[in-house]
Amino acid sequence: MHLARVIGDVVVTRKDDSLVGIKLLVVQPIAPDGTDAGRALVAVDAAGAGVGETVFFVRGKEASFPFFPVEPPVDAGIVGIVDHWTVEK
Amino acid sequence: MQIARVVGTVVSTQKHRKFEGAKLLLVQPLNLDDTPRGTALLAVDGVGAGVTEKVLIVLEGRAAGEALGRKAAPVDAAIVGIVDLVDIHDHP
Repeated sequence: MHLARVIGDVVVTRKDDSLVGIKLLVVQPIAPDGTDAGRALVAVDAAGAGVGETVFFVRGKEASFPFFPVEPPVDAGIVGIVDHWTVEK
Repeated sequence: MQIARVVGTVVSTQKHRKFEGAKLLLVQPLNLDDTPRGTALLAVDGVGAGVTEKVLIVLEGRAAGEALGRKAAPVDAAIVGIVDLVDIHDHP
């Protein structure tokens, strides 16, 4: 899983039927020091996240598991909202 | 599998129910010379690892779910061992 900041949302009207009702958010992966790490991407939301929050997301087919038995065609999904994190120096 | 260093902890209250009770650690993948490689990521802990320990991680969903002991968990990384020693035999 990766730390990320939610920086936007995506509205898609015409889409795969199994994506109906699923929220799509734009996430910017971040390093433990809070700086951006790599390119932003679109992830489905399985944690009730919103713009401005720090979250963690999972990559790969596992991103579809929270929507079982529906299997939406997705490769990234937010699975938790981060309260805080600690890094040992 | 990869070798990584546990560098921190993550606390999350609102999360997918399959994460309940799971320990989330920040791990920094390492090169063989112990220098950091890439960005630190989150892994669920299946072995009771702690901060500063060198660990063995899997970066694949099915394996990570098994380490957590839960089927169909939305995870993609897990700690599956604590490394005692890495012995590299250099080819002459």
